[in-house]
Amino acid sequence: MSVTPTAMRPPVAADAPRTVAKRSSRSDWRRLWQAAPFVLPNLLGFLVFTAGPVLFSFAIAFTNWDLQRSVPFRWSGWENFSVLMADKDFWLYFANTVYFLLGMPVAIAGSLALALLLSQKLKGVVIYRTLFYLPSFTSGVALMILWKALYNPDFGPVNAVINSVSDFLHLGVKAPQWLLSTANLVGLDVEKVAFTGKQFGLGARDAIIIMGVWTAIGGSNMLLYLAALTNVPQELTEAAELDGATNWQVFRNVTWPQLAPTTFFIVVMSFIGGLQGGFEQARVMTNGGPAGTTTTLSYYIYNKAFEEFQIGYASAVSWVLFSIIFAVTVLNWKFGNKETTY
Amino acid sequence: MSKPVKTILAYVLLTALALTMLLPFLWMVLASFKSLAEVEKLNPFPTIWHPENYLSVFQQVPFARYYFNSVFVASWVTFLTCLTSAMAAFAFARLRWPGRDKVFQLYLATMMIPGVVTMIPNYTLMVKLQLLDSYAGLIIPAAFSAFGTFLMRQFMLTVPSALDEAAEMDGASPWQIFWDVILPMARPGLITLAIFTFMGNYGSFFWPLILIKSEHLRTLPIGMLFFDTVYGRQTNLIMAASVMNIIPLIIIFVVSQKFLVQGIQMGAVKG
Repeated sequence: MSVTPTAMRPPVAADAPRTVAKRSSRSDWRRLWQAAPFVLPNLLGFLVFTAGPVLFSFAIAFTNWDLQRSVPFRWSGWENFSVLMADKDFWLYFANTVYFLLGMPVAIAGSLALALLLSQKLKGVVIYRTLFYLPSFTSGVALMILWKALYNPDFGPVNAVINSVSDFLHLGVKAPQWLLSTANLVGLDVEKVAFTGKQFGLGARDAIIIMGVWTAIGGSNMLLYLAALTNVPQELTEAAELDGATNWQVFRNVTWPQLAPTTFFIVVMSFIGGLQGGFEQARVMTNGGPAGTTTTLSYYIYNKAFEEFQIGYASAVSWVLFSIIFAVTVLNWKFGNKETTY
Repeated sequence: MSKPVKTILAYVLLTALALTMLLPFLWMVLASFKSLAEVEKLNPFPTIWHPENYLSVFQQVPFARYYFNSVFVASWVTFLTCLTSAMAAFAFARLRWPGRDKVFQLYLATMMIPGVVTMIPNYTLMVKLQLLDSYAGLIIPAAFSAFGTFLMRQFMLTVPSALDEAAEMDGASPWQIFWDVILPMARPGLITLAIFTFMGNYGSFFWPLILIKSEHLRTLPIGMLFFDTVYGRQTNLIMAASVMNIIPLIIIFVVSQKFLVQGIQMGAVKG
């Protein structure tokens, strides 16, 4: 029995190359017996509530299971998936999910900018860091309800400010309807995945994106960048400055490449989180509306599973979502990993 | 640009940004003291302060119950998660046993799977076990974390094995090594895990939403949603409820800042 990793203790007779390849199964059993009480509680829970459900969910996706038993249960093969592909709603909600990713580059760039600002040697930086992290740390239903009130087009402070600034400067700008509007920045249509000029503006989706950026910009990503920035070797930046490089050049050619692994990690995690997100916002602020414009794939799955009880179909959609996330992650790795090794 | 000017500019920028972050919070707190008619006015400050709004929240909905439920469930989940994760992490980081690495890879593989995938089967399992609408149903499935094990293992790997060896030579059993040597050294990791688990479960929304039907079992997020759905027109009360919702988080954060920042940076940068 050994509690120490082999690599870290001095070589001992037992490490001498053996001519017999197989370890004694008796000592295997002993080690299992020893490790069991430590690992079993967590492992059992993991199998029952994580690994098992993953397999079970995969199986359900090939059935027409309806919790309300309105149709007899049967194995439906690929039917759920073919219905899904032809489902106009699925594609609309997929487009919504992708649209919500628009906030990601803004939030990441913002986090980097804040981190750069905070890494200046200034007194009281910790206080500012705390304040920046506050929205992220307290995020949840309460903050979403707050923003819902802020965005109220008739009574909320956001429009009150926009209107009074517009009146004061005689701009004649009409304040957006925010959570009540199907408008968006790219003119995405409501009935089908197409672009139209009639839907151009600031609507529910953009309201949620803005809230998302405010929440995330000072959050964990900023902290990760802060840590990474302290690891940028000073000799490099100093050498560049001595060579007469401007601040921007130093950033672009020294700092930014040094941050590449952190950026890569942040981008990968942001994609994974972003693609499966949007549920809480939709459920709390808009119920997926108006006209389904804030329904992301995760909200769609929730709706199908727990409001309509079509858990067979919902499971199929959730596996499609997982496949999308997986594919995007693999692409990120293939593309991004090259850039981060040198 | 000279150094002092740069410094002043930096402070100005920092302060402006901090204010932007804080504005929604400030509005929320101020609005919670206003009368309903005043909430819509442009002036953020109430002309008359109404602290009784906070009491009204407790009268409109069983807010104290919601609070209790959230803290109760989150505490249990935190305790169970930390205990099982630390024990399992010890087995992965320090003990050698057949299948160890394969099992750990299984843990890693499932960390990328979206939560929605497992919610549906877990729900049907709760129905089968008749744990729907119960504290046990809220606590047990949430208490087993692959991430928690992963995090604790990371921390434990950094503990020098010389300490283990010394204890082993003194004839310590694995349990003693775990409890007396490794766990104290991995304490920062444990505290970080505890804080994140508590906060995560305190704000947990999806699972309580689908599991809980009875009013007396509602956790804060679900209670807030219910409050907003039914009494949403009373913005001042809603804001008071939101403030009360957030305060425990702010307290935890301010008190444990150092640990959290370290924990996040260690968990990810070490990779």
